[in-house]
Amino acid sequence: MKIKSEKDFWSGVMFIAIGLGFAWGATNYSFGSAARPGPAYFPFGLGILLALLGAIVLLKSLLAGSRGGDKIEPWPWKPWLVILGAVVMFGFALPRLGMIVTLPLLIGVASLASGEFRIKEVVINAVVLTLGCWLVFIKGLSLTIPLWPTFLA
Amino acid sequence: MELLNNLALGFSVAFTLQNVLYALGGAILGTLIGVLPGLGPVATIAMLLPSIYALDATPALIMLAGIYYGAQYGGSTTAILINVPGESASVVTALDGYQMARKGRAGSALAAAGLGSFFAGTVATLVLAAFAPPLTELAFKFGPAEYFSLMVLGLIGAVVLASGSLIKAIAMILLGLLIGQINTDVISGVPRYSFDIPELTDGIGFVAIAMGVFGFGEIILNLGRPAEAREVFTKDVKGLWPTKRDFLDAYPAVLRGTALGSILGVLPGGGALLASFAAYTLEKKTKGRPDEVPFGQGNIRGVAGPESANNAGAQTSFVPMLTLGIPPNPVMALMVGAMTIKGIQPGPQVMTSNPDLFWGLIASMWIGNLMLIILNLPLIGIWIKLLTVPYRFLYPAILSFCCIGLYTLNNNNFDVFMAAAFGVVGVVFYRLGCEPAPLLLGFILGPMMEENLRRALLLSRGDWTTFLSRPLSATLLIASLLLIVIVMLPGIKKQREQAFQEAD
Repeated sequence: MKIKSEKDFWSGVMFIAIGLGFAWGATNYSFGSAARPGPAYFPFGLGILLALLGAIVLLKSLLAGSRGGDKIEPWPWKPWLVILGAVVMFGFALPRLGMIVTLPLLIGVASLASGEFRIKEVVINAVVLTLGCWLVFIKGLSLTIPLWPTFLA
Repeated sequence: MELLNNLALGFSVAFTLQNVLYALGGAILGTLIGVLPGLGPVATIAMLLPSIYALDATPALIMLAGIYYGAQYGGSTTAILINVPGESASVVTALDGYQMARKGRAGSALAAAGLGSFFAGTVATLVLAAFAPPLTELAFKFGPAEYFSLMVLGLIGAVVLASGSLIKAIAMILLGLLIGQINTDVISGVPRYSFDIPELTDGIGFVAIAMGVFGFGEIILNLGRPAEAREVFTKDVKGLWPTKRDFLDAYPAVLRGTALGSILGVLPGGGALLASFAAYTLEKKTKGRPDEVPFGQGNIRGVAGPESANNAGAQTSFVPMLTLGIPPNPVMALMVGAMTIKGIQPGPQVMTSNPDLFWGLIASMWIGNLMLIILNLPLIGIWIKLLTVPYRFLYPAILSFCCIGLYTLNNNNFDVFMAAAFGVVGVVFYRLGCEPAPLLLGFILGPMMEENLRRALLLSRGDWTTFLSRPLSATLLIASLLLIVIVMLPGIKKQREQAFQEAD
């Protein structure tokens, strides 16, 4: 059978998988009864309902769709990996290295994703933003954010 | 008159120096954000939530409200000047507004948008003040069954907003509801779907979801496009004031837009976006002068109508939030979050337990609107300057603010990782054509819905017909069913698709 809408086909697969996953997970908890619904009652019902809707979406994708097959646009691999990689790195580094090191690191790595990386601009951007964040978040709003690396403090 | 007394109380709260400053700060910040493409009010309010820990409840909410309607104004400025709607509700403004700007009439378009919005904001403030008390009365009659049915209606209403397929939008709501189930069950105290990760027993923070999907997701998608597509340009804006003829053309559109926006804003699932789309459709259907410029080529009514409607809708969407504690759109959901942070349980009791907060917030909206018109018309030049900042400088800044905001949420890097995970998911959603906004709404309402469903069943001893035998609850459920039927009707379906296609 030919897929008429690639987007809907994979959306359907996603909904079915997640719905069944939640429903299966709910079986670990108590259902209770209709008069005394337990913790599994609501998520189990929702999971099954989501899987059903996913099945409808999937079926429809096999029957109808736009002429071009409603193809999924190419995945933005590079910015996807670089940006989220930079964010995860920020999460790891901030408690250990402090904002003064982590923020320029985040900005430097994230700037690689734009395809117009110019070292001088990135350095200026990093300095200005780190200074700005220090002024706004630590000085201005007095939030507790580690500023210096732990081995210096 | 009670209404006047209430408004007087509100203005006495809102006119204190501190609150005026917070309203101004919020309005400026909101305009700034509305002007920046790819950074909407949802992400900004999410970003600023941690900073309100230090504030009192009233100034905090006044500031957040300022950001919300400021973003509406800012979004229309860029939509008109450079055809880049700063946020979703000004998408339709770009259709005729940008064409007007190309013909050298940017000043008239901006003035029509600004003055129309101010008028709409004033009317909507009065609507809010007049309708909130009776709705609050009604809210006290609500039991768990009614709350559950109302949330169903709200979620179904939100589906009308989604531009793609109806079934996929409902599926996204369910997905949001399910993600909201990752928590500790309120009734039995059992942690669910936590995989023994202690942070997950408190549930996932909605800020992490909002920033991951909307903030990070949008940056990634923007960077995935070729560089030319993200470049922005500027133009000189001269001659700010509209001609007398512009004025005569625009004012009926402003009146219609205001009326439509005020009504649609009150409905659950309504708000600014729906209002502006509906107003544009209405203007197109209404006959104007025989020799007027066609729509899509720079008709001033195409700017004035939707702009008034989106501002009115933005304002009146506070009604369901303030009276019932039910957020009609993601921004309001964040406002509910902000109230909870400040220890105020949103719902009908807010008006009696915190009258100065309630009426102060309403009065400050009018003050905020006045500030915005003062701010926007003369300072448009400055806002345009911001657009000359290239995206390669802009997105690292957005990223930095998001990351720091996420960390300070709980002073813990868990939320940073969670948001990164939702960044992965967000891109998948966009590419599969699944709208993420309904998911966020479902996520917010999930725990509330479950609690009310289980309470209602407990009270009725497991009898599901309780939702239909109680007249208020039945009415709400029938209304949601009608909404689905109406959207599914072939004629409406076609028109809805058309309206959203025009927006692309």
